[in-house]
Amino acid sequence: MSELNLKKKTGKLESLTDMPTHYCAGCEHGTLTRLIASAMDELGIRERAVMIDSVGCSVLAYNYLNCDHIVAAHGRAPAVAGGLKRVRPDLMIFTVQGDGDAVAIGLAELIYAAKRSTPITVFLVNNGIYGMTGGQMAPTTLEGQVTTTTPYGRDPALTGTELDASKLLAGIDGAAYVRRASLVVTELASQRGTVYTIKNLLDAKKWVENAFKVQALGGFAFVELLSTCSVNWKMSVLEAKRFVQEHTIKKFPLGLYKDTFGVEKK
Amino acid sequence: MSAPRVYLKGNEALAYGALEAGLNAYFAYPITPSSEAPETLAKEFGNKKYPEFKIFLQSASELEAIYMVLGAAAGGVRVMTATSSPGFSLKQEGLSYAAGMELPFLVADICRAGPGLGNLGPEQSDYFQSTKGGGHGSYRLIVLAPDSVQEMVLFPRIAFDLAFKYRNPVLILGDAFIGQLKEDVEFPEFTPPEYDISSWAITGAKGREPHILNSLELDYQKHYQHISRIYEKYKQVEANEVRFEDYLTEDAETVIVAFGISARIAKGVVNRLRGKGLKVGLFRPITLWPFPRDALRKLASQGKRFLVVELNTGQMVEDVILSVGKGVTVDFLGKWGGVVPTEGEIENKVRGLEVVAV
Repeated sequence: MSELNLKKKTGKLESLTDMPTHYCAGCEHGTLTRLIASAMDELGIRERAVMIDSVGCSVLAYNYLNCDHIVAAHGRAPAVAGGLKRVRPDLMIFTVQGDGDAVAIGLAELIYAAKRSTPITVFLVNNGIYGMTGGQMAPTTLEGQVTTTTPYGRDPALTGTELDASKLLAGIDGAAYVRRASLVVTELASQRGTVYTIKNLLDAKKWVENAFKVQALGGFAFVELLSTCSVNWKMSVLEAKRFVQEHTIKKFPLGLYKDTFGVEKK
Repeated sequence: MSAPRVYLKGNEALAYGALEAGLNAYFAYPITPSSEAPETLAKEFGNKKYPEFKIFLQSASELEAIYMVLGAAAGGVRVMTATSSPGFSLKQEGLSYAAGMELPFLVADICRAGPGLGNLGPEQSDYFQSTKGGGHGSYRLIVLAPDSVQEMVLFPRIAFDLAFKYRNPVLILGDAFIGQLKEDVEFPEFTPPEYDISSWAITGAKGREPHILNSLELDYQKHYQHISRIYEKYKQVEANEVRFEDYLTEDAETVIVAFGISARIAKGVVNRLRGKGLKVGLFRPITLWPFPRDALRKLASQGKRFLVVELNTGQMVEDVILSVGKGVTVDFLGKWGGVVPTEGEIENKVRGLEVVAV
């Protein structure tokens, strides 16, 4: 285990292929792919990086990130990552999971990976819905939110309330870094029409880098990233981004939930 | 000089056999009657005699165990897990993914009675989900069926060889009897071979193109090609890797077909009936897939009759019927629920052979 040092890079990223992504307009998956590629380049880890592609909209990431990949079954990415990490401890292993993948079908694997302090990095894209299967309710779907399996709005009396993965993992002593960020640009009031700030993305870039630094120090790192799914939310891209600011963020507040190694202080 | 003999349980022998075969990693989940395998390995972990045995971890579920095995296999090491029937059912998903991704590793299923929780006694009722590709999709496991504690020692060597040669999961299918049976065994000298993993293993894309281990292909034509290539590989396995034991079949009028513990009992019956002047032999498939179809067909062409003995309500008998062709007498004796046939029961059946399929 050794500390990773950042070297700023500009221009084309070596960790990114030339393949255009399949993501829908306004989707933040592409943003996260870019942030990960940038972190891989700047931390100099591309040649030992392995992505465990999980089932959901991130499953085709092997087309975009220029590193080794294993495509896991639904929910099992942390287990696959844990198996590989133990036999190849020098690899930098990460996964991008959706909320259905990580918080519903794969919750046990996620919790136990954290509980054992498995040195891996998990990025959770929380867009409150099953995106790839066409917009069904996820554990993170907001109360009252309409999905194809909650056509009259999510009823907590029937399905329970939203499951907060960051809060849950912060309570697991093996997790070294738990951070909730947002990949959604924020609207600012302006005289000249609508203006957006990318502060969230600049912050998220740092947390993504931290998540790799924590792994290099031997810790389990988890970064949850609030995102939109305008297509399945049946909203315009801009409405969806506004929805996150007005609703999602209130239920899932951004913040640092745990930082055992103090990487955010450095 | 012969190797020293040791008195071991089947499950312990499996563990030591795997260690002697160069086991690097084991991911465990306890289930009776297979748990002595992980317990033995946990005890031996750190023993300087096995410097290559670097990872032992108890997982939180059968699912987590098989996916940890899958992840470690992607790293190109020798990895295994053992389970028993209810756990083996849970592992089917992972085995399907691993076959689609062409990953080499070893799984042992110490079969117990089912369905559901069943009980802890021996059955051979996992034959179907072992040999037909128990998960989704067109795939096979290479299946080895030991009939003794000695074979529990030796089969991990064969299993890892086949797994790496064909890049496919290999299953050792035992049963509660073979797993719990205690016999004295020997460990012949063995040096685990090196396998070339450079073209596929996940080691980091340094100085090479990325390796992508994947069972997903959204383009139908490309997926057709992928499965076709795996299918061709399976034809090679069928052509080259069939194993069976032929015991006194040459002049036999009746051939008992059985594997695992059933074959062990049947062998006793053959010896007993030979002593009484009856021409009876035993045909024991060692690879349940690839199934020794041609060898059975050859015996059938010599006019022999067959009695299939299994610890289930009739599974391998279907493959025997398919193998011998039309017009051949095939009878079946099954016991289930943990009950094992006595030699007397098998003897009576041989004497009064009935036709269940012609």
